[in-house]
Amino acid sequence: MSERVLAALKQKFAADVLLTHSQFGDDTAVVAPSSWKAVCTFLRSDPEMGFDMFVDLCGVDYPTRDPRVEVVLHLRSMVHGHRVRVKTSVGDEDLDGCEVDSVTSLWPGADWFEREVYDLVGVHFRGHPDLRRILMYPEFEGHPLLKDYPADRTQPLIPYRTEAEAGLPLEKLAPFGRDEGMPFGRGLTKPAALASGHDDHAMKHGDN
Amino acid sequence: MGELKQVTLDASESSGFATTKLDALLGWARKWSLFKYPFVTACCGMEFMAVTSPRFDGTARFGAEAPRFSPRQSDLLWVVGTISQRQAPVLKRIYEQMMEPKWVLAFGTCASCGGFYDNYTTVPGIDKIIPCDVYIPGCPPRPEAVIDGLMLLQDKIARGDKTPGIVKPREDPASLVKLRLSKDSGQ
Amino acid sequence: MEPIDLDLDENDLELPSEPMHLNMGPSHPAMHGTVRIVLELSGETITKSDVQIGYLHRGFEKMCERGSWAQVFPYVDRLNYVSPMLNNVGYALAVEKMCELQVPDRCQWYRMILGELARMSDHLTCTGAMAMELGAFTPFLWFIKAREMIWDILEEETGARLTHSFGRIGGMANSPTPALKEMCRTAIKSVLEIVAEGEGMLLKNRIFLDRLEGIGAISGADAIALSWTGPCLRAAGVAYDVRKAHPYLKYDEVDFDMPLGKNGDNLDRFLIRLAELRQSARIVLQSCERMADDGPINCDDPRVMLPPKQDVYRTIEGTIQHFKLIMEGAKVPAGEVYSYTEGGNGEIGFYLVSDGSGTPYRVRIRPPCFAITAGLSKLINGAMLSDIVPTFGSLNMIGGECDH
Repeated sequence: MSERVLAALKQKFAADVLLTHSQFGDDTAVVAPSSWKAVCTFLRSDPEMGFDMFVDLCGVDYPTRDPRVEVVLHLRSMVHGHRVRVKTSVGDEDLDGCEVDSVTSLWPGADWFEREVYDLVGVHFRGHPDLRRILMYPEFEGHPLLKDYPADRTQPLIPYRTEAEAGLPLEKLAPFGRDEGMPFGRGLTKPAALASGHDDHAMKHGDN
Repeated sequence: MGELKQVTLDASESSGFATTKLDALLGWARKWSLFKYPFVTACCGMEFMAVTSPRFDGTARFGAEAPRFSPRQSDLLWVVGTISQRQAPVLKRIYEQMMEPKWVLAFGTCASCGGFYDNYTTVPGIDKIIPCDVYIPGCPPRPEAVIDGLMLLQDKIARGDKTPGIVKPREDPASLVKLRLSKDSGQ
Repeated sequence: MEPIDLDLDENDLELPSEPMHLNMGPSHPAMHGTVRIVLELSGETITKSDVQIGYLHRGFEKMCERGSWAQVFPYVDRLNYVSPMLNNVGYALAVEKMCELQVPDRCQWYRMILGELARMSDHLTCTGAMAMELGAFTPFLWFIKAREMIWDILEEETGARLTHSFGRIGGMANSPTPALKEMCRTAIKSVLEIVAEGEGMLLKNRIFLDRLEGIGAISGADAIALSWTGPCLRAAGVAYDVRKAHPYLKYDEVDFDMPLGKNGDNLDRFLIRLAELRQSARIVLQSCERMADDGPINCDDPRVMLPPKQDVYRTIEGTIQHFKLIMEGAKVPAGEVYSYTEGGNGEIGFYLVSDGSGTPYRVRIRPPCFAITAGLSKLINGAMLSDIVPTFGSLNMIGGECDH
């Protein structure tokens, strides 16, 4: 049913729809960042499409790709009951040009979701009314969901107590060592090895 | 009620007796009238509800029922749930507003050591921020463990003991394993 | 003595009326410890509000990228910690969609029973806590008593009271206990009695009703625009329930109604939750009828399922398979998937990206609370200060889910 959506998108935005697929039954269109707003407007306002419910927006970081950050939008139509996923990729290695148009004017519900993507992945949304951090505190530097942000790098707001102050040892014993057990800290530099899944030792010592 | 007996006057005691017995009386009074400030943030809050509710009745029975949502009126801070870096200044401020004497109870693994959230946003245990008297492990701890923790805290208050304590299993699982192993090898 | 105000202009006698700024939370008892609202007040009326979340951000998505696919289950439990089983089932279904697996019928019924029990405990907690925040302590105690009965079943089945980590890719951790059906029937009977009692006590209480009726109202169109789902959306009169619209498991084979509200106010949200609780009870009872007493509970796909223990110890193939699954994790085909189920608060979506290895590349949860809390500001602007408590309570914001 919603293959119609992909067909209509391809017809209307011929060159800007870079790729479509329906893997696992989820219809997906990858569009050029320049036509992000136009595609969304079409999906929202065209009666055949009727995507009146904004479901989800998230960012995925692929450090090996260029452009690097993928913005993924999920929509649902309350009238027709169909769903679609729209994706676009923005930003180079240093996150320059990592920005797309905001869709808050189409779906007010997108407000916080865009703030979250900005907060965790670092995508700027042009035209967002109030783009500031939402989950992290304003003093936080960097974007934690980027693959090159180390999972255990904390930025405390207040200094921790020293052991002299407390009068007892405060060191927390980590449940596991950095590269212990599971292949934690995947090797981002070797995606081919990851796909084959055999080269465990190469994966173990990544940049995590 | 056992401690009350110590307060009875005893002429054969030396002159230091008055203060120590007064401490005992104070400790006894304090341990049965803990006013709690529940600093509830996360999953453990569900078990905290269960602890206070009729089945376990884990606070009223120990004189720790009355919640006070002003830190100035409370003397026991329950830190229930994960404390994030963003939350840490708030917790510290609440603690500093409380009057002496005050006690802190870390409810659950996250409050005790950060639990399995070993990452950029979680404080690895509230003792990095404020002193803590009793740690209750569990994710979330069962109400029985919480009651154990509360009783442990009461003992500490009565003794005037300020060193931190941890709720331990009544039976150490490791010793059970050892017993079974030795039995097996004996056969 | 001369009157001192003779020379004063009339305006000088007025008290200054600049807007007052008030900070509510995050450690306010009604704010669940995790939400801060900065308010601008004119008298007691709220003119502007800024809802700030993130006080319980625990890095769920980052942590999931560190272990294997199966190691995500404990983290998933702690998202919506009032109904962990629904998250377990939702995540398991998402991974199974990627592996193109179908679990056996018996497991589907089992997941439905446990999931609906979790939904009942979710609604009991929410309505009970909401009543408590308005000063009605007795119904809260009763509802928690009822919740304990449900938790008894879940504990008997899974071994844990709250955070079960019971789901597995391709099945469940264990098969149902023989006593499950009997326990469900007995418990549900008493739970419904307690709920009826509590409801009767609250809905005849003038103070309770006055604080809910007509407060925090939202229209259906607005609720859709804010991406609301679940009981809050249905209270606004929009008939959307994932279980009905896109049936998964066996929801198309059981008979249950979708209660709808009219005004979308706090009272509707309260009543919808209680009505849904009764529908969940119906689903559990029907599923108990339909679930077979024996048969496989897990699918037998060697890609994801651990081999039986006797094979692990006696055959080399079993040992290798066990070792590979534990050390490398189940390999999930490369690609991306969005799978959605009806959670306690609405549509829980999992957007998973796999690069074909044993570790998730990206696990994204679509938290229903997040969208709902985003709408809070709209509900309370223009209302009175004291309306925040029932409005916020009726939205059932769950910190773990909202802040990931």
